[in-house]
Amino acid sequence: MTYHLQFGSLLPYWEVLAWGIVFTVVLTLVSTVVGIAVGTAGASARTFGPAWLGAAVRVYVELIRNTPFIVQLFFIFFGLPALGLRLSETTAAFLAMVINLGAYSTEIIRAGIEAVPKGHIEAGVSLAMSRFEVLRYIVLRQAIAKIYPALSSQIIIVMLGSAVVSQISAQDLTYAANFIQSRNFRAFEVYLVSALIYLLLAIGTRALLRVIGQRFFTVT
Amino acid sequence: MSLVSIRDVRKSFGPLEVLKGVSLEVAKGDVVAIIGRSGSGKSTLLRCINGLETFQSGAILADGLAVGSVHTNLRELRRHVGMVFQQFNLFPHLTAAENVMLAPTVVNNVSKKEARDTAAEVLTKVGLSEKMDAYPSQLSGGQQQRVAIARSLAMRPKVLLCDEITSALDPELVNEVLRVVEQLAKEGMTLILVTHEMRFARDVGTNLVFMHHGKVHEQGPPKEVFAAPKTPELQQFVSGIG
Amino acid sequence: MSDFSVWIIVKNLLWATQWTIILSLIAFVGGGIVGLILLFARTSQIKPLEIVTKCYIEFFQGTPLLMQLFLFFFGVALFGIEVSPWMSASLALTLWTSAFLTEIWRGCVESIPKGQWEASSSLALTYIEQMRYVIIPQAARIAVAPTVGFSVQVIKGTALASIIGFIELTKAGTMLNNATFRPFLVYSLVALIYFCLCFPLSFLAKRLEGRLNVAR
Repeated sequence: MTYHLQFGSLLPYWEVLAWGIVFTVVLTLVSTVVGIAVGTAGASARTFGPAWLGAAVRVYVELIRNTPFIVQLFFIFFGLPALGLRLSETTAAFLAMVINLGAYSTEIIRAGIEAVPKGHIEAGVSLAMSRFEVLRYIVLRQAIAKIYPALSSQIIIVMLGSAVVSQISAQDLTYAANFIQSRNFRAFEVYLVSALIYLLLAIGTRALLRVIGQRFFTVT
Repeated sequence: MSLVSIRDVRKSFGPLEVLKGVSLEVAKGDVVAIIGRSGSGKSTLLRCINGLETFQSGAILADGLAVGSVHTNLRELRRHVGMVFQQFNLFPHLTAAENVMLAPTVVNNVSKKEARDTAAEVLTKVGLSEKMDAYPSQLSGGQQQRVAIARSLAMRPKVLLCDEITSALDPELVNEVLRVVEQLAKEGMTLILVTHEMRFARDVGTNLVFMHHGKVHEQGPPKEVFAAPKTPELQQFVSGIG
Repeated sequence: MSDFSVWIIVKNLLWATQWTIILSLIAFVGGGIVGLILLFARTSQIKPLEIVTKCYIEFFQGTPLLMQLFLFFFGVALFGIEVSPWMSASLALTLWTSAFLTEIWRGCVESIPKGQWEASSSLALTYIEQMRYVIIPQAARIAVAPTVGFSVQVIKGTALASIIGFIELTKAGTMLNNATFRPFLVYSLVALIYFCLCFPLSFLAKRLEGRLNVAR
């Protein structure tokens, strides 16, 4: 049908696209912050908590890591209402992303915690610091510095994976793209531009994370 | 007619000039020991000869082949010029015999049987005939280095370059390797060694080359040079070794 | 009555699972072959090849898989090319897999000490000979664990093919949900089946990582 690409056909819809980008960025940002908090709690629970708690965390992590994100999303959005818990698209999207990133970051942060030499913990304890203080001031700082690259990668992966929330009609960038191409029939141009926007977001996020990492989390 | 001819070679790593006009002639059968402080350019010079490093100006001729030009056939060059490394660099997934056989079969299209016979020959020469089917992880450092020497010998090189081949060895293992190299020298192999083993250089070497700040500072027959160093830098170097 | 329909649901889901498995295999094997070619291109030291490969990898790793599926299905159709969900899903997933596998393998190749390259080149081996006889045999050992680990990602990736109409496990789940209005049950079963496919591979990858990572 079309042999000449018409990228200009996107222009009238720039606002729709912009709002989609905003949604994706905010969703990723908030999910990242909360997701990493969940991951930190999970990792700490597994390393320092009682055995039953560690086992529960382990089950949570394995369940999430061995099932597709879209299935988790559908389960939360379509399945939970059957138990009486009805959520909006945005809330469901956010919840699914937090649970997903929480599981992956639990594993990543746990690896970082276990890489901290035992001697450091012993030193802290010998200085009369409580276990919590040791965790907070000695262990976590080092752990996160070590696994920072892996964590950054996972954040990018989750951001790209967020495209799936369009399937429950959460109005992210992909949803905007679907909307536009259903109006201007230029699927190729619309999806290519959206893909490139995601790429730019990914590159930008990577750069931002690198700057933050150097500022706060480098261990010399 | 020199087997290896190095004329006014200059090499820089970025802004840092490491070789500042090095000239050296190596005749067939020579055993050249290159000594000097770290950073004097010894290893870099050696690596230029077999093309592991490029150089910006000057000329190197090895066994009639010009090294360093765009037209250099590195594959051909390395059939004639072998190298043994400080870190041995044996291939861990192959046995000693397989390590030795690899290049002859792949590069020279030698049959597996012939290659294995050659491997047996060179491994016997270095005193490791009973270790033919051992993996590098099962060998001591000295044994690994001897396998590495055998591996280079299997290609029948005209010149063997040795880059501090005993520096990574525990002291008690150094001698077994030096003895092999001494044997090679006796049999007429042309050797260029970067080494810290001064006694070996003095007893086995035919030519001692002292490098300082990227140039050949002094050279001559080892016994003479050690007994009466002409330049203050070499005097200092020699006295520092004791 | 309700037990009867649970069994119907399970049967249908299991039937659809075979397409998940087949698509995963196609993507994994196809992606592996393409990935190997890309590996040689990426490490060849030929600048234009390296740049093209880098861009390819950047694109497939830096954009959502869902977008890639849309491009290959809806986008391509605009050029008059007839594409079935099968073809688009297979193609998109194969290329996506190849980008990730080649990076994993490149990491393994680059972890081989430089001395191995120097020793083999000093023995007059060409680049291809070096890769074939010295580097890849060693890198392959290190690569097994992460490659098996990535197979799990491929299986999970096939779930997105449902969105362009490819009938596999997730799509079957959606269809059954629409038919039975029992989303909690249906999606729990879908998740369970994926778990049964993925967990053994995850577990295997972890075991291999411990075993084959022994420093020589």
